[in-house]
Amino acid sequence: MVQKVLRIIDFSASYGDGRVVSNVNLEIEDNKITAVMGPSGCGKSTLLRAVNRMHELHPNATVEGRIMLKDKDIYRMNPIMLRRQIGMVFQRPNPFPTMSIYDNVIAGYKLNGIKLSKDERDNIVEKSLINAALWSEVKDNLHKRGTFLSGGQQQRLCIARALAMKPDILLLDEPTSALDPKATAFIEELIVELKKSVTILLVTHNIAQAARVSDYTAFLFLGELVEFGVTERVFTVPTDRRTEEYLTGKFG
Amino acid sequence: MCINKIEWRIIKDRVFLLLLIIIALVSIVPLGFILYFLIIKGAPAINWEFIIAGPKPYGISGGGIAHAIVGTLILIILAALLSVPAGLSIGLFLAENRKSKLAYWVRLGVDILQSIPSIVIGIIVWSWIVKPMRMFSAFSGGMALGLMMLPVIVRSTEETVRLIPYSIKEASLSLGVPYYRTVLKVILPAGLSGIVSGILLSIARIAGETAPLIFTAFGSRFMNLDIFKPVESMPLLIYRYASSPYQDLHTMAWGASFLLVVLVLTLNITAKGVCRRWCRKY
Repeated sequence: MVQKVLRIIDFSASYGDGRVVSNVNLEIEDNKITAVMGPSGCGKSTLLRAVNRMHELHPNATVEGRIMLKDKDIYRMNPIMLRRQIGMVFQRPNPFPTMSIYDNVIAGYKLNGIKLSKDERDNIVEKSLINAALWSEVKDNLHKRGTFLSGGQQQRLCIARALAMKPDILLLDEPTSALDPKATAFIEELIVELKKSVTILLVTHNIAQAARVSDYTAFLFLGELVEFGVTERVFTVPTDRRTEEYLTGKFG
Repeated sequence: MCINKIEWRIIKDRVFLLLLIIIALVSIVPLGFILYFLIIKGAPAINWEFIIAGPKPYGISGGGIAHAIVGTLILIILAALLSVPAGLSIGLFLAENRKSKLAYWVRLGVDILQSIPSIVIGIIVWSWIVKPMRMFSAFSGGMALGLMMLPVIVRSTEETVRLIPYSIKEASLSLGVPYYRTVLKVILPAGLSGIVSGILLSIARIAGETAPLIFTAFGSRFMNLDIFKPVESMPLLIYRYASSPYQDLHTMAWGASFLLVVLVLTLNITAKGVCRRWCRKY
């Protein structure tokens, strides 16, 4: 049987009276890339943020249903512990401006007050930067500010920061929407490389990106899950008319 | 005809610009005069003795204002100890809970506190502290000045923290960092230079305050390091010396004024420099 690391069951999310995600059922497979695509405002970011409970920062956010990480209900877990297991990368690169590249990568430990020996720290920083394909570019400038890097490098730094916590799942919220095509291509390659070590949930409004990198694709429209399946199948023989219309550019 | 009209407009344009420049220059003329007089009258009074010696008995020339310099420093330190922790916390609270009802009332309260005349703050602190303790003291003076610093620190902290991008806070929270650690280790350091410059500006604001000290620190002719005894401060000394009939003391008042203005200007310029460093970062 294939391992399902994350199961989203009858899940709905609302802000106040406005329901943004309704009745979504989704199973995310281990070490695969699952893309969630859909037009803007369809609830895909909210769904992603519900997985590490970041959407709760919004006042009046409520949820129904369950999200299971392995066999634990994440809404019964402490959000702080949960977020250490589920890493997140945002639309815009957001390295900590007051910290060096080195400190940015180790920030998850440092800010949480987790004590590590210097060797352990060096090890985690090097490994995470190698995994994020940034090591060769920054290894001589580890103690420079992270904000001096280019946009694409900053985003890879943020990926390294998330990877350093050794998460089970990596959430990517439109990670290339603020980047130029070249940096985007680089990050996409990196994402495909990363699935060897971590399960990836990718939100994108870029249809082509979903097709290029993902193993599974979910199409979300007006908060509902319209279609979910193996990427190739969804893109070649969509079962729902709305998916077909979205893929052919009739809306979105 | 048409060309003429355009030329006429260009002339009007230039006249208007010239007018603006003249008005801008006029606005700095008073500052120029103040600095000029202070340097002419105050600078000659300054010498080593003036800075390190206490006052001589009346009638004997010489002596200095060391007791007032030390007193002012004590008052500033006391005021900062009282107002910086409170001001930072209130400012953070306001920035983090922008829309809550409590924030609205706190903000209103802080604004009102800022507009209370300093002499009134002096009387209030007199009735709170000086009267029950039955003595004038540096402590009560620091309290009065601290109350005056508080609104400035609150507002500058709030403004600074508000400018820190939300994405940085998100980045920290998404790493599983608890909220309080995010505030202390990410948000405060990111706004540090803005906050520090706010504190410096608030010190510059109270360094020259006289009114709230009349009923509290009271003034003294002796060097005093006990915070529960009256202390001299530079503005009080200037007020007393300048209203005395002796030429000697007038000169000393000018010298003290000069020093005080140098102190305030230095604080202002440092605050600007600190702030500029911060602005470049984003």
